[in-house]
Amino acid sequence: MIEYQNIFTRTQIHGPADMGVPLPNGGNRERVGKPIFVHLFGLLGDAQVGPIYLGWLGILSILCGVIAFEIIGLNMWASVNWNPIQFVRQLFWLALEPPPAKYGLHFPPMAEGGWWLLAGFFLTASIILWWVRTYRRAIALGMGTHVAWAFAAAIWLYLVLGFIRPLLMGNFGEAVPFGIFPHLDWTAAFSIRYGNLFYNPFHMLSIAFLYGSALLFAMHAATILAVSRLGGEREIEQIVDRGTASERAALFWRWTMGFNATMESIHRWAWWFAVLCPLAGGIGILLTGTVVDNWYLWGIKHGFAPEYAYDMWAPVLDPALAAK
Amino acid sequence: MNMKYGLAFIAVAAGALLAMATLMHWERPPMASTQLGPRGVGMVWTQNPRTEAIVKSKNIAPESDPPAQLSGIKVKDSPDYQNVKVLGDLDVEEFNRLMGAITNWVAPDEGCTYCHNPENMADDGLYTKVVARRMLQMTRQINTMWTPHVQQTGVTCYTCHRGNPVPANIWFKNDGPPHAAGMSASRQGEGLASKSVGMTSLPYDPFTTLLAKGAQIRVDGTTALPTDKPGASIHDTEVTYGLMIHMSEALGVNCTFCHNSRQFASWSESRPQRVPAWHGLRMVTDLNETFMASLQGTFPKNRLGPSGDVAKINCATCHQGVNKPLYGVSMAKDYPELRVANP
Repeated sequence: MIEYQNIFTRTQIHGPADMGVPLPNGGNRERVGKPIFVHLFGLLGDAQVGPIYLGWLGILSILCGVIAFEIIGLNMWASVNWNPIQFVRQLFWLALEPPPAKYGLHFPPMAEGGWWLLAGFFLTASIILWWVRTYRRAIALGMGTHVAWAFAAAIWLYLVLGFIRPLLMGNFGEAVPFGIFPHLDWTAAFSIRYGNLFYNPFHMLSIAFLYGSALLFAMHAATILAVSRLGGEREIEQIVDRGTASERAALFWRWTMGFNATMESIHRWAWWFAVLCPLAGGIGILLTGTVVDNWYLWGIKHGFAPEYAYDMWAPVLDPALAAK
Repeated sequence: MNMKYGLAFIAVAAGALLAMATLMHWERPPMASTQLGPRGVGMVWTQNPRTEAIVKSKNIAPESDPPAQLSGIKVKDSPDYQNVKVLGDLDVEEFNRLMGAITNWVAPDEGCTYCHNPENMADDGLYTKVVARRMLQMTRQINTMWTPHVQQTGVTCYTCHRGNPVPANIWFKNDGPPHAAGMSASRQGEGLASKSVGMTSLPYDPFTTLLAKGAQIRVDGTTALPTDKPGASIHDTEVTYGLMIHMSEALGVNCTFCHNSRQFASWSESRPQRVPAWHGLRMVTDLNETFMASLQGTFPKNRLGPSGDVAKINCATCHQGVNKPLYGVSMAKDYPELRVANP
């Protein structure tokens, strides 16, 4: 019993390495490398590492990713005058900023955002190549392409923030800087500039799907672990061949919340919640500044921003208006 | 065997978390919180009573000197006082009392000779004397022209100086530490851990841009839908954000001391404290441009900033971590000669 109440995977199977299924030829090259087993990895996932197949998509993706990483990192280092101590000390504060708004959509000088555009290009190339890879690997294995489309939802949000919305706004100064704290400052400034993103209905939806995803993930994972001693780990087979694990799990949720998902529907719920989070968020970002300039005032206009009684003090007037 | 690895893993993870935790600034609970606005809007002033006690001990107004026994002779009529350009209308005793107070407020260790040539007190040879004269005019300007900000509390030299010849909180135009040459990306004035903006990575010199006449601090969209008029850029917003963080740090308050953070721009939802703050921003701009800038040629090079500009005032210069400098104690009421309008 105690085996199933641990945060780590307690079951590690020792046997011959799994080399994966044979693939139809169609340009699929041999997987390379002799698999090794790492016990620590086994505590979190599968202990087996390799064999690996990168292919030209994977290699190009990693290459582009490394170029983007180097452009960002070296420019951050340059911003503290190549001082290694300051680079480590202030790493979370350092940034590669997008071009100032005055350059519009023209290519700016390298020092004025040119590097940002270049890093963005290589990072985007890397991500898109990796997306094609997830799609093609899924097809090669005879799988559905659910993972690729879920990944595409995240790429949609990324492209809206860094490319599509700046194009619509007419300058790359609207885009997000690279950097740990700088991108968080950007987020806060973005919300302040456009009148509080919390009044953006698509932002609201995105948050609901984000928290919903976490809730569904916890509920599902807990349910399956709880019935795994009854065969619940065979959840996919139990979609069509319901066993006692499935029946107990279903009854548990009917008892505790009056309604239950099925072994199939829970995965569709989880997939759609996760995918709709960046999908709705991306729509919300896309509308910000392009069709709505102040979400709070928009909320007032449409009557959903609540009003409060500010009767703890005399009415406050804008002194700039009084000065006129 | 499994157990051993598991424990090792937990130990490594815990060690890493502990290392991160010790690198950060922590304040232990409990915090004191004061409700500032309507219920449910989160307008709360959070203070740490322990750090508050330290700030309190550092912001105590000194006792004022007893009032002068007037001699009936004005400084400008006395042959003993020459070259007195600002305080000539004072009674001699009043003048001497103020000179003593200024010494205690500004140069307690250096004494009279920090500004005066002991051979000839009227001599303008020391730059500090010329600066002090201009600062007296500035103090009078603040106390008479900027009552929307300082109200009837007013200021004295001590409000900023606190016994230091150069006030502890001043600012210069700040281009930041050296940056690699060549075509490497510009910092665009941000992206460093900067004390001036509360250790955020926000633009580290919001003052040069925003504490200038005609500066546009307001960045929020003013209409629900976009108009043809271009709005503020994200960078402009970050500069304003940096200035606001400075105000918050300088006054020891959080955003909701003035604003309802659901809409920073909205005046009808702001607290009345935002009005004197608005005047304060205009006040420091006026003081910097009218008084500090006029001393550009007076200060020696070692008193100027890295770009050769004169020291300037921001919120922290007077406030020093307290929303009302010296907790609202009016020293100026004991020195009415500092509340006379400049001619």
